[in-house]
Amino acid sequence: MLNLIWLGLLVVSAITALLTGNLKPLVNAIPESAMNAFKLSLGLTGIMALWLGIMRIAETSGLTEKLSVLIAPLMRRIFPGVPKDHPAVASMAANMVANMFGLNNAATPLGIKAMKDLETLNPVKGSATHAMCMFLALNTSSLQLVPFGAIALLAAGGSSDPTIIIFPAIIATSFSTISAFCIARMMSKMKRYQD
Amino acid sequence: MSINELASTISNLILIVFLVGIPVYGALRGVKVYETFVEGAKQGFEIAVNIIPYLVAILVAVGMFRASGAMEIVTGLVPSFLQDMGITSEILALALTRPLSGAASLGILGEIVSSHGADSFQAKLGSVILGSTETTLYVVAVYFGSVCITRTKYAIQAGLLADLVGVIASVVVCRFIFG
Repeated sequence: MLNLIWLGLLVVSAITALLTGNLKPLVNAIPESAMNAFKLSLGLTGIMALWLGIMRIAETSGLTEKLSVLIAPLMRRIFPGVPKDHPAVASMAANMVANMFGLNNAATPLGIKAMKDLETLNPVKGSATHAMCMFLALNTSSLQLVPFGAIALLAAGGSSDPTIIIFPAIIATSFSTISAFCIARMMSKMKRYQD
Repeated sequence: MSINELASTISNLILIVFLVGIPVYGALRGVKVYETFVEGAKQGFEIAVNIIPYLVAILVAVGMFRASGAMEIVTGLVPSFLQDMGITSEILALALTRPLSGAASLGILGEIVSSHGADSFQAKLGSVILGSTETTLYVVAVYFGSVCITRTKYAIQAGLLADLVGVIASVVVCRFIFG
């Protein structure tokens, strides 16, 4: 998919430039864009390092684990099909906390563990359960509280207040997560998903 | 206090809670906070270096697209009521790429930042969109793939609809705060 889009951008740009006579600006844009990409990437380092350092403290101190235990009771309400002592409760909670903190490297293995735990409750192999769909809907709605990748990019681009987006992003991500929950809950009641 | 200043203040407070609260909690739990911080921060450079090829690929392709005049043509196709709300062709491209690839959508935001400036409305809106959506198709593929699920039922639909809500909420919130 990305292969096609990327190739399409290059080819369409070249053809458009030839047709509109923008060949010179097109060619000038190439080295300039490549340089900008490099500068922006390197500019990410400071804030990335800062955030990853703080998050390492959150992991080592047991804070993420503690939060997982705290949200476990909530999991029972979100996933009524999962028994409360089932290992899936703990692995899903740990995955969600890791996602909230933007710990992508930690979140993926925890998420796969959660899926394997949910699979033990699956009566029909190869077909998703309601709990799996809810878990994925919440996961893909973005749980991350502080979008430090975007903040780092704004800072690298010379923003006067890169962290201003934290509050609007938390509001927007709350909307998307709550709607993911509502949509998945509604769709789980649909007739064609009952088997 | 204007809504913009209020948003800035709340954002700063949240940031301080993370940046100061977590080390304080760590110290109370007996963690050597300085050494642990440095250990984690070492990965920062690695991530920045790893992202270079993605940003180069996207910035060059989108930069060419813009310089050729094609971006203007595509922008002309975007209905004007969307553009009035700040949903330009670049923002649409960002929203459409997001479910496929995190690195590519970060690249598009990078292109918006470098062509419109980091303080532009588009850069802020793009950042909020990036923060409130996920690489839905990628996550679904990895997670369902790990347990060999082929009948995904409504997981993808729910995830993509939630991303759409995230984009709409981002536009509304950004219009309200950044005007």
